[in-house]
Amino acid sequence: MAVCTGCSLLCDDIEVSIDGRRITKTKNLCRKGFGRYRSLSSDRSVPKVDGKQVGIDAAISRAAEMLRDAKRPLLFGWSCSTLEAQRKGIELAKRTKAIIDDTSSICQGEIVEMVIRGEIPTCTLDDVRNYGDTLIFWGCDPSSSHPRHMSRFSYFPRGEKLQRGHEEDRTAFLIDIRASPTAKILSGNFVQIPPGGDADLIDAMLAVLDGKIPRVRDKKAMIAMMNTLKKADTGVIFPGLGLAYSLRGRMDRLKALVDRLNEYTKYNVIPMVGHYNMRGFNQLLFDETGFINRVSFADGIDHGPMYSVVEASKSCDLAMVVGSDPISSLPAGIAKALARVPMITLDPHRTLTTELSRVVIPTALSGIEAGGSALRMDGVRIGLDPIVKSEYPSDEEALSMILGAI
Amino acid sequence: MVSAMEIYQLTPKLNCKKCGLPTCMAFAVALLAREKQIEDCTPLLEPKYEAKLKKLREVMAPIAGATETGLIIHDERCYGCGNCVVACPVNVANDPKGSAIGLGPKSDRVILVVEDGVVKCLNPKECRRFGPNRILCNLCTATCPSKAIEFV
Ligand code: SF4
Ligand code: SF4
Ligand code: SF4
Ligand code: SF4
Repeated sequence: MAVCTGCSLLCDDIEVSIDGRRITKTKNLCRKGFGRYRSLSSDRSVPKVDGKQVGIDAAISRAAEMLRDAKRPLLFGWSCSTLEAQRKGIELAKRTKAIIDDTSSICQGEIVEMVIRGEIPTCTLDDVRNYGDTLIFWGCDPSSSHPRHMSRFSYFPRGEKLQRGHEEDRTAFLIDIRASPTAKILSGNFVQIPPGGDADLIDAMLAVLDGKIPRVRDKKAMIAMMNTLKKADTGVIFPGLGLAYSLRGRMDRLKALVDRLNEYTKYNVIPMVGHYNMRGFNQLLFDETGFINRVSFADGIDHGPMYSVVEASKSCDLAMVVGSDPISSLPAGIAKALARVPMITLDPHRTLTTELSRVVIPTALSGIEAGGSALRMDGVRIGLDPIVKSEYPSDEEALSMILGAI
Repeated sequence: MVSAMEIYQLTPKLNCKKCGLPTCMAFAVALLAREKQIEDCTPLLEPKYEAKLKKLREVMAPIAGATETGLIIHDERCYGCGNCVVACPVNVANDPKGSAIGLGPKSDRVILVVEDGVVKCLNPKECRRFGPNRILCNLCTATCPSKAIEFV
């Protein structure tokens, strides 16, 4: 069985037939995961320095040189690398007195941090399958982002205490600003809110729990939903990017709701982490520094918003990007700031970021060409075994070589 | 999905019984149920009905790929999410250690599987919509986020 690194569900029941380096047939991979496997043979990057193709050793030694000379390097990316590579990355950040940040800084960071700090209760996806009878998908569309979430763990499968699966034993609500593909499945329990309306909805939900009349249009539906939520045996909330953006800086509202629901029954939270090992990086950095992202090692350990990729991209004099494509995925302002500084990029694929980089170090595709381990969105560790060989080093090996050459 | 009425409009409307059925309307219904082939209506193959024949072939094309139970898969819409695989009551009954608990199927007696990122139908005869004791099961279509499965 192979593991899919297409999203943070790290599905480990994948069957793959290969002929040399060609994937001939896969079973159980969703379309998104199949795309990741198929990317094995498309748009692969090659070692480059200043736009010219070079040997991998030349690219590594140039990267080491640049890192050695930099005054304020930024090391960014990390959520698509194994735990082992991330550990090397943190070591490299310490050695080069760098700022280190990952993609959580601009997405689910706040919620993941509360989970890792133990400020809100959480559980594993296996617990959800076995006991989670009342679910809230909030500001997310699992059908598109984590296609097998509902079938493997949360809604459709039979569990130890839930032998009849979704038909009778589970109730799921969807709260979102748009009628997404997931809303087609949960149309009976879909609560549509205006953009940014999450905090108001939480207020209304809390009002019902306090026995007050909620200030929403459909009061009856709201009261019915809260009655269902109260009657849960084990409730689980899955916050997505929509909620993370909408409640930015006000995550105490979500905590207030979770705390209040926990006065009635057990409610857990599992953030819908996107990239396959963002949770892993956040956990490692937290164990090392007490912070999940936005850390500077320039003078001991410092943490703050000025070390987020958004701010640091403006103040750094070198950026090393690992397994991420910030030039195409980050807002234009940040991408512009990044494009201004010399970049070193480690990536299995050619991206806009590699195109703009001074040094490109191609790496093996983790989970397919390189092994290691990663933390699933719920923090469960999953081992990865490579199924094909690569001519290029894994992120972990490339980072070790850089560390050795500095 | 095309209706029997639309198909009827494309028949020669002769009620000549050459197809073995009493009326063109009955033929349209049989065509939709895949009990008859377009070619069973021999008058339709005459040159004067060329336009109708062409149109009929067009509207019938999506149904041509349907399995015996009438199940059609639109590959391009499928997310490969496996909701249908895990919800199908036959998969659940025949595969308690695989699809019933959310994993990839471990039994070869399942109806629905996901291969290369897209759902596939094996063993259509196991489907509850098939055979003399058929029932109108619709769990695979009701759990699909993208209407990738349809019945005709
Ligand atoms: S749900 Fe995610 S981990 Fe599972 S097969 Fe799809 S992309 Fe891969
Ligand atoms: S053979 Fe064609 S024209 Fe004659 S009854 Fe049947 S459908 Fe109608
Ligand atoms: S109709 Fe029912 S039995 Fe047939 S494939 Fe769909 S879910 Fe399975
Ligand atoms: S047919 Fe629908 S439910 Fe089945 S795997 Fe495809 S998208 Fe999912």
